[in-house]
Amino acid sequence: MSIAARFNVAFPGFALDVDLELPSHGVTALFGHSGSGKTTLLRCIAGLERAPNGQLVFDGEVWQDRATFVPTHRRPIGYVFQEASLFDHLTVRGNLDYGLRRSAAERRSLHRDTSADFSHIMELLGIAHLLDRKPDRLSGGERQRIAIARALLTAPRVLLMDEPLAALDLARKNEILPYLERLHEELKIPLLYVSHAPDEVARLADHIVVMDSGRAVAQGELTETLARLDLPIRLGEDAGVVLDGSVVERDENWQLARIGFPGGHVWVRDGGHALGDHVRVRILARDVSIAREAVHATSILNTLPAQVEELVPDAHPALTLVRLQIGGQSPVIARVTRRSACGLDLKPGEQVLVQVKSVALIG
Amino acid sequence: MPLDSNDLAAVWLTLRLAATTTLLLLLIGTPLAWWLARTRSWWKGPVGAVVALPIVLPPTVLGFYLLVAMGPEGPIGHLTQALGIGLLPFTFAGLVVASVFYSLPFVVQPLQNAFEAIGERPLEAAATLRASPLDAFFSVAVPLAKPGFLTATILGFAHTVGEFGVVLMIGGNIPEQTRVVSVQIYDRVEALEYAQAHWLSAAMLLFAFLVLLALYTLNPTGRKR
Repeated sequence: MSIAARFNVAFPGFALDVDLELPSHGVTALFGHSGSGKTTLLRCIAGLERAPNGQLVFDGEVWQDRATFVPTHRRPIGYVFQEASLFDHLTVRGNLDYGLRRSAAERRSLHRDTSADFSHIMELLGIAHLLDRKPDRLSGGERQRIAIARALLTAPRVLLMDEPLAALDLARKNEILPYLERLHEELKIPLLYVSHAPDEVARLADHIVVMDSGRAVAQGELTETLARLDLPIRLGEDAGVVLDGSVVERDENWQLARIGFPGGHVWVRDGGHALGDHVRVRILARDVSIAREAVHATSILNTLPAQVEELVPDAHPALTLVRLQIGGQSPVIARVTRRSACGLDLKPGEQVLVQVKSVALIG
Repeated sequence: MPLDSNDLAAVWLTLRLAATTTLLLLLIGTPLAWWLARTRSWWKGPVGAVVALPIVLPPTVLGFYLLVAMGPEGPIGHLTQALGIGLLPFTFAGLVVASVFYSLPFVVQPLQNAFEAIGERPLEAAATLRASPLDAFFSVAVPLAKPGFLTATILGFAHTVGEFGVVLMIGGNIPEQTRVVSVQIYDRVEALEYAQAHWLSAAMLLFAFLVLLALYTLNPTGRKR
């Protein structure tokens, strides 16, 4: 059960050429720079863009092939645009009802309880108090939450989101991200999430498809894919790994939390999570340095034993990317100078110490 | 009473003509404007130009060609005769047909602008919410284009009330058939009945002012979006 998408189509100034099998659970990020084709791919999946000779099969149902093109309004999707795109002539309630009424038949066939769905989604997105407002009386963040609710109320079998945070300022982004995380936890349907922001992807995604110039250059499970050494070159300053872990200790005195993950642990700023909470940490390649021997007088909190796995040249000839395994189970990438790598005489298989200057706690 | 029964008949006929024409124009103009607003076809330019012709043509030119077309030897004349309606010139129906052509741009252009201003996005959003194209047209495009419909209705009605040249070419001057207010004023002036001409002209002036006032107050530009 999955989404199989094959599109090979030339648009003016740009060609989309993908053949993808996307998982039918969890959050899949379509990640890339602007112009990489990720939004076009999403629009093709929604049927908003008609790519000739495309093929799209969703859970065994053909949505598009040589003979078939299911129009957008007959596809069981939810779609959230970059701008909320609410109907200005309707109240919030009118906007929500719009899709709700038109999906009544689907809802019945799925034996969904409409009023239970409605109150659950109101609660999930925290919008119950906004129902009687007109869209022009809402903040950007509220509009986007309504748009997400409106899409969910059509009882979709897949939720497509096209950079839902890109048009918002940082404060609004941080207002919405927790709601997206709750969606991630509670939704039973797959979510395709288009983004060019590595921090959003690191925070939300389970799987990632990296797009570049209309092609999918890498795809797979998030942690594994980010730890590939051919990607950091494309990701530049954003190169780094994401590790899934949990809070194992909280130090009230220093306001720090210890996050355990397979093979090791790191200290981070206490983000208010309870003991045992599942969290993610993001470690950027530029924040990781390598030492042969323990350095005792240092401000760096996190020094971990690791094994060198692979070294590859980075985009700039002065730099080298090193992938290491912490405790044999959790990969990290270090971006060091070629001179340092030579000076330390790093070779695959050797035991070293990695010093992590900064760890971001996400989610 | 400053207006006699001839004047009042002309007023009533004018209102009837304008109302009928506006109604027909909304029915014909809406799909035409929708097509013009959204098509990428090569025909968009030529069709748009033809629709706009009555703005620049002298009404007599338009009236002359319509007269020929609706005459016994013209294509419209052939059609109406074959349908057993007879010939249209010098009838109320003929005036309605001529007025529809004459006021077409004043209905189509505001609608086209309104539809273009909506853009693609609300219709795409409607499609992702399970609305068929026809459903989306009525539930999203029409309500969002409401200011355009208001402008189109007012302009179509007012412009038909104000026509003169076309009426004279097509309809002549038959009481209660084709003698509209503008023609009646012309008659009064020709007969040197200036007092009557004044009353009718002043009424037209007031009407035109009220129409434009309504247009600008009901439909303020630069509205918050």
